Amino acid sequence: MTDSQQQDLRSDEVRAGTTTGLGAPSVDVTDSRQNSLWSDAWVQLRRSAIFWIGAVLGVLFLAMALFPSIFARGADPRACDLSNSRATPSADHWLGFDQQGCDYLSNVVYGARNSLLIGVLGVLGVLLMGVVVGAIAGYYGRLTDSILARLTDIFYALPLILGALVLLRVGPSTGLPIISERGPGAVAIALAAFGWMTAMRLVRSQVIAVKSSDYVAAARAMGASDYRILVRHILPNAVAPVLVYATITIGVLIAAEATLTFLGVGLQAPSISWGLQIAQGQQLLRTAPHLVLFPSVILTLTVMAFIMMGDALRDALDPRQRS
Amino acid sequence: MRVSCVLTEEGSLGRYIARRLLLTVPVLLGASFLIFAMVYALPGDPIRALAGDRPLSAAVMAQLREDFNLDDPLWLQYVKYVGDLFQGDFGTDFRGRPVLDTILLRLPVTAKLAAVAIAFEILIGVIAGVLAGIRRNGFFDNVVLVSTTVIVSIPILVLAFISQYVFGLQLGLFPIAGTTEGLYSYLLPGLVLASGSLAYVARLTRTSIAENMRADYVRTARAKGLPNKTVIVRHTLRNSLIPVVTFIGADIGTLMGGAIVTETIFNLPGIGRSVFDSVRAQEGAVVVGIVTLMVLFFIFFNLVVDVLYAVLDPRIRYD
Repeated sequence: MTDSQQQDLRSDEVRAGTTTGLGAPSVDVTDSRQNSLWSDAWVQLRRSAIFWIGAVLGVLFLAMALFPSIFARGADPRACDLSNSRATPSADHWLGFDQQGCDYLSNVVYGARNSLLIGVLGVLGVLLMGVVVGAIAGYYGRLTDSILARLTDIFYALPLILGALVLLRVGPSTGLPIISERGPGAVAIALAAFGWMTAMRLVRSQVIAVKSSDYVAAARAMGASDYRILVRHILPNAVAPVLVYATITIGVLIAAEATLTFLGVGLQAPSISWGLQIAQGQQLLRTAPHLVLFPSVILTLTVMAFIMMGDALRDALDPRQRS
Repeated sequence: MRVSCVLTEEGSLGRYIARRLLLTVPVLLGASFLIFAMVYALPGDPIRALAGDRPLSAAVMAQLREDFNLDDPLWLQYVKYVGDLFQGDFGTDFRGRPVLDTILLRLPVTAKLAAVAIAFEILIGVIAGVLAGIRRNGFFDNVVLVSTTVIVSIPILVLAFISQYVFGLQLGLFPIAGTTEGLYSYLLPGLVLASGSLAYVARLTRTSIAENMRADYVRTARAKGLPNKTVIVRHTLRNSLIPVVTFIGADIGTLMGGAIVTETIFNLPGIGRSVFDSVRAQEGAVVVGIVTLMVLFFIFFNLVVDVLYAVLDPRIRYD
């Protein structure tokens, strides 16, 4: 039981006018010097080289997304001069120029914003769907669980790229608000719609594991509502595995966005995106390989940043791995 | 899946398979309906689009709408579609070509690609995992850990272009597109398609081997004085490969998603490429047909894996 859960239990008791002893145990375990899962994890994380590499890269790309003009060395990604077309890297223009003669460094740098935006929005969507559906299925069990589990199986059988591909292809003609606009929002929705299943399974199994615990029974006995039991007493247990999964998934979704955009259904031309740059560059792979190379490298590093942070986090939060 | 340690009478496996098969029906129907609804709920008239600039006569138009069940409500269209499906009729595309013909023509390409990818997963993934696992924290172990992290992070499309450039254009070792050189032209796309899973197989094998190396039965085998090689190959490896086999089996279904990207970039005329082309051209019948088939593969190989689990590990019994 965490400190906050204990506090919640105490306030449930006050409201119900009862005492179970669970809310205020005679032997207060929190008094004896015991580290929480999170402080232990932080000690572990601080010593992990993988975490620091991932975190430094992640912060770098976040800064790139927020303040691209600093990293672009002042160049405007849309100020192009055809006479510079496909020029190779030089001291003034580190990454050379693209087909239209636009400074490539600034184009690659400005691509970070859309990628991170879609990655983060997509994961928020995944978490929203996964936590809500998983919590309901795990908590209510029986028929509700069977139906929701089968629904999850259905989505699970469709590859992420395939489902998102079809949804984004038909999106513009549906006339629905965000999905028909072919912007970052549409891509994030498509990715969340076909990527929430693992989060659901994670949450569901955690909920099933703790819902029959004594402290949940105590909270229920004191008249706490289903919603309160779920949100304050059960779901906090799922935070650790879900956090690990979410961190890695940001990277996975960033890669998926680039793939969908490359396939022509994601972001569209005036937007700046690594997927678009790779798609345009691949036609010139023979003559100007740098046009594919640079967005590819930065895309890979971004994905790697999140996967490394997630990996390190998983190791740190897994007590079995501790010596 | 309920697993018990009690030996049960003959036929429990058969019953388990039957129950699992029954459970797959709603999943298969649900997944294909999902795609069906997305493709066919589109506003706009596919017949008018098909006709292009030359207007069709009202009678022809009505006949075509009738043929494709376009005037029915969505659910009825789907019921009719499934009814045809059960009779082996996948429908026709808007040019009148049977979808089944397209599938049969293109499936062998994807099957070969998937086979090559699986072969790489086993060959490179398992060997790297074993070498890393038997000497945990050794030099090779660290090499495997770092390289798998890097490989997992490289998106398939990036890996595809880098390998096309390096091995195809610079070194000239492999063709970069098409299937002109037989099985040889599948090697590069197969390796690219396998990359992510390959890294995962290496990690899985490594963890599994490292765990089993500390098991009692391995100590017993060593105590008997068996040579190191026998202990590893006959005792540790056989037990350690159970999770790996199940992963690889389940991965066959997952490879279909990657095949869309790989076949498109390497210009392989498989079902992945076909489904991508059909999505772009809004050829609903082809999309739904191929997706249904992909889901079927996914479900089938997952079932095979679950059954294989019991065969490989006699401690597991289904009832």
